[in-house]
Amino acid sequence: MSDTVDELVAGLFRSDARATARLITLVEDEAPEVARIQSAIRDRVGRAYRVGFTGPPGAGKSTLVAALAKHWVNDGESGRVARVSIVAVDPTSPFTGGALLGDRVRMTSLDPSVFIRSMANRGRLGGIAATTDGVCDVLDAYGSDWLLVETVGVGQSEVEIAECADVTVVVLTPGTGDSVQLLKAGLMEVAEIVVVNKADRPGADSLVAEIQSIVGMRPHSDVPMPIVSTVATENKGIDELAKTIEEYRTQQVSRGLLETRRKRNLRAKIQRLVEARLRREIWGGKGASEELDATVECILRKEETPWDASERIVKKWIR
Amino acid sequence: MKKKIRVLVCKPGLDGHDRGAKVIAAALRDAGMEVVYTGLRQTPEMIARAAVQEDVDVIGLSIHSGAHMTLFPRVLDLLKQAGATQILLTGGGIIPEDDMAALRKIGVGELFGPGTPMDKIVEYIRAEVPKRRTVGA
Ligand SMILES: Nc1nc2c(ncn2[C@@H]2O[C@H](COP(=O)(O)OP(=O)(O)OP(=O)(O)O)[C@@H](O)[C@H]2O)c(=O)[nH]1
Ligand SMILES: [Mg+2]
Repeated sequence: MSDTVDELVAGLFRSDARATARLITLVEDEAPEVARIQSAIRDRVGRAYRVGFTGPPGAGKSTLVAALAKHWVNDGESGRVARVSIVAVDPTSPFTGGALLGDRVRMTSLDPSVFIRSMANRGRLGGIAATTDGVCDVLDAYGSDWLLVETVGVGQSEVEIAECADVTVVVLTPGTGDSVQLLKAGLMEVAEIVVVNKADRPGADSLVAEIQSIVGMRPHSDVPMPIVSTVATENKGIDELAKTIEEYRTQQVSRGLLETRRKRNLRAKIQRLVEARLRREIWGGKGASEELDATVECILRKEETPWDASERIVKKWIR
Repeated sequence: MKKKIRVLVCKPGLDGHDRGAKVIAAALRDAGMEVVYTGLRQTPEMIARAAVQEDVDVIGLSIHSGAHMTLFPRVLDLLKQAGATQILLTGGGIIPEDDMAALRKIGVGELFGPGTPMDKIVEYIRAEVPKRRTVGA
């Protein structure tokens, strides 16, 4: 029982879950078929609205995503039931290569129509996997209206989600860090909507106030950043969050910003692909590892500096 | 790159805790596999759906309720309906030898009793999965 790419793509266009899932695996494994898959599905990519959810571990991202999925499935535009898909990323162990993908635990009571795919980041440090974007393309072509992407629990600098989402939602909770954390570069800079989840806990109001004061200092903001308080476990604030995201999208579309955003994301994607290819080309080739070892010895014998060595290696590739 | 083994670990039924399932999930993770963990109270429908969406190679069910003779066949049936027959359905719990044999006959994989060393389960999965893999194209 082996499927050809054409059969799988035909299945995808019929919204067949099994075919879709197999295509996702090929994309995730960076199989040789990926180029063919990409060109076969490209006419159907771009319809889904991609919402990225990021924030510290345990902030409630999965619970929120599940609550929103429930909201949108029941509250489809124009009476039609909306198709919601979810991609949830968790970390790969750098020691064993294994991963425990546990986001589904918070998503068990969803409508059967919601397609959920868990991904390991497979060593990528930006908060998502190198192929998350490509997986989203498949789920876009599957016919998703809403594509909700949850990053791994992030620290301050893993903000790659901003380059593959149409809007980035940062989820924070009271009682983790103070305003200095919020001021540091990274997470808050990619936020377009902020959620203060676990608003049932003390300190939620003051966190909202702090975020407000910090957002006010942003140099490029022409509109105030939406901040929504939620209690994801009790479904509180979910309607408002959904409305805020819908409103954001409407604004983006009417001001032509969605197109700009997607162009920017595409730029970043091309750069990522080129860099990954070059990295494989340079370090993955035969003898590359031995040469690296030899270079280390040279440097230790003081025959070459690291800078000179890198120049020498780069010159072999760039004429 | 060698394709990662993906496993879905679930605890079906309404009974008790999921400690056993978590121990298994952690052991498979430490063996380098990608383990999708769904937690407690999974119906056969939820299990089959998750397995299809996640395109796992293996489903591991932890069953201590005594309902193994209904749960395993039901999941197997749903997988068949979904065209996902390459998935290895295995698991563990307190299951009498006769039942294990009966389940194997209908296509369920090896089942493991309490106290089985993790290495044995890992080895079994590593040996079994390549036999069932279908090429993508
Ligand atoms: N009190 C309270 N607990 C919540 C709320 N939202 C989520 N939780 C709990 O917080 C814990 C973590 O929730 P998750 O949804 O798994 O958080 P996450 O951000 O997805 O976690 P990672 O994916 O591991 O980073 C769970 O025990 C949730 O039940 C909330 O609004 N209030
Ligand atoms: Mg999560």
